[in-house]
Amino acid sequence: MAEASGAAKRGEPILEVRDLVKHFPLTQGVLFKRQVGAVKAVDGISFELRQGETLGIVGESGCGKSTVAKLLMRLEQPTSGQILYKGEDIARLSGRALKAVRRNIQMVFQDPYTSLNPRMTVGDIVGEPFDIHPEVAPKGDRRKRVRELLDVVGLNPEYINRYPHQFSGGQRQRIGIARGLALHPEIIICDEPVSALDVSVQAQVINLMERLQDEFDLSYLFIAHDLSIVRHISDRVGVMYLGRLAEVGTDAQIYDHPTHPYTQALLSAVPQPDPDGRESRERIILTGDVPSPANPPSGCRFRTRCWKAQEKCAQEVPLLAVPERFKDGSTPASHPSACHFADEKDVVHA
Amino acid sequence: MSIEMTKAEVPGVPLLEVRDLHVEFHTRDGAAKAVNGVSYTVDAGETLAVLGESGSGKSVTAQTIMGILDTPPGKVTGGQVLFRGEDLLTMSEQERRRVRGDKIAMIFQDALSALNPVLSVGYQLGELFRVHRGMSRREARAKAVELMDRVRIPAAKERVNDYPHQFSGGMRQRIMIAMALALEPDVIIADEPTTALDVTVQAQVMDLLAELQRDFHMGLILITHDLGVVADVADKIAVMYAGRIVENAPVHELYKRPAHPYTRGLLDSIPRLDHKGKELYAIKGLPPSLTAIPSGCAFNPRCTQARDVCRSEIPPLLDVTEPDGTPIGGRTSACHFWKETIHG
Repeated sequence: MAEASGAAKRGEPILEVRDLVKHFPLTQGVLFKRQVGAVKAVDGISFELRQGETLGIVGESGCGKSTVAKLLMRLEQPTSGQILYKGEDIARLSGRALKAVRRNIQMVFQDPYTSLNPRMTVGDIVGEPFDIHPEVAPKGDRRKRVRELLDVVGLNPEYINRYPHQFSGGQRQRIGIARGLALHPEIIICDEPVSALDVSVQAQVINLMERLQDEFDLSYLFIAHDLSIVRHISDRVGVMYLGRLAEVGTDAQIYDHPTHPYTQALLSAVPQPDPDGRESRERIILTGDVPSPANPPSGCRFRTRCWKAQEKCAQEVPLLAVPERFKDGSTPASHPSACHFADEKDVVHA
Repeated sequence: MSIEMTKAEVPGVPLLEVRDLHVEFHTRDGAAKAVNGVSYTVDAGETLAVLGESGSGKSVTAQTIMGILDTPPGKVTGGQVLFRGEDLLTMSEQERRRVRGDKIAMIFQDALSALNPVLSVGYQLGELFRVHRGMSRREARAKAVELMDRVRIPAAKERVNDYPHQFSGGMRQRIMIAMALALEPDVIIADEPTTALDVTVQAQVMDLLAELQRDFHMGLILITHDLGVVADVADKIAVMYAGRIVENAPVHELYKRPAHPYTRGLLDSIPRLDHKGKELYAIKGLPPSLTAIPSGCAFNPRCTQARDVCRSEIPPLLDVTEPDGTPIGGRTSACHFWKETIHG
């Protein structure tokens, strides 16, 4: 199905992000605006997305994960850094070249209520991408393609003339997914795709997304705050805190052998759906709130809430690298972690 | 005053009891039956978790207990809400005002829309003491600072004059908790208190809530859809579906061996480690529309073990027993085939 040029092989990087930065300027004054600072939403992150894999990004609100999604779609212009799609820097593209790349990177949004135009029929919503990229489906063929797409996501193709309000939340999310699939993209960026859905419906949508990934050989960037769902769907996971990546690794490395204190705290804070041993479970309860990204702490950004913080943490920014002590690569703890004192800690977790 | 009198516990009478409650909403499509015969009790020091998806009637039940249901379009069509044996639904509005906040208080999900944006938090906290306790402004403000300290808001004295938007989400939820606690009520109803919060902040807030409940020996009704939060704090659980309670159980029992197919489906659809790479279990179909609840058991179109009787007869809440007939304390299930569900 993927007819794009130079299809990457499974496991090879399809998208590479290098030192990506997005600062939103803070201005003061009405007539003579001057910049008084910047919200450092994304402040130097690097990762790669490989062909056919799911990369999960977790983090709390305000950590910059949705901004990353928008940057990858070029809905926002990065302040600096590179986004390499098959070696081509998306951040520098414009016009026709950008349009061509965007065909291959699509997005599924969080809120199925506001991301679908209430005045358009399902057929028009799912078929709209064909208006922008007419080369994908010739005019006479479009209704048929839309019907096929609806069928693929498990909706009755007869619903093509209905409006979004006639569907439930789960069905609407399927419409959003069908729209994302319309142009046969290689990458789908999912920003909290199930968090607005009821518990019993979430599993249906997750299963659909996994089935589609196998069927169309898609790569997912899966952004969510629900750690157990991210673990279920992801091959690799990145943990974000205040605009930076704290830790990256395979799902087993991150969930079973986290070495960054923030990851450890995050995992231990997730309520477990198992009441046995709830009294004995060790939990790391962080104090305070996430600092403002307009004025992040010096050095390590997590240090203000970290129980391990020392002098060094305030002065030196810890780099995202495999910690020295785990360098030999023989343990699952040898994965990149941005902490000066990265170490394993026993916590019961998701 | 009657406050002192009612503070005493009456033996044999539950602190709060909802009995066969029915609530309807008038809509264009006809009557939406939001609550169809819900009964539960909560005692002092006890945490009851009401678990359900959106539209299951869990919040409407809570609003009816508090007496803040919008009528119309809402209408209580039957049942009782007994606080220490006294029916709140037959009280005059004046009497209810004395109970609301003073005896039964509520914590809402979205603190930003529940707090008044144009009044300082100190004013809003103090209002409770001025109205219910007749304190002066100065005394009320001092009380407000004390409360903010109690819910561990740093620098309470300086922040008492701040407005809700100046606080973070977690801090606002603490203010909501402070407000609910202000008059030391006997029952607190928390409607999705941490749903809008991040995981690390959620842990802080749930911890605080549990600690305060212990200290004040309050009854807590926790309304949520999160199976993790329930497992962490609840003593007993009532599972709701389409306006009915489908299962009652102590917390450990429910997770170990659910006695209703809906509960089992919810538990099975949690992503688990050993299911990695496999398909998640998913309950098929959608929750029903409240204007057209299926006949018989409301869950039957989505149930894997539904038979003819499930489509024709509404299953009553039956006592759940061990295979040999020994009763299990506090367990009921509204499934014709609960025996198969629990004992396999």
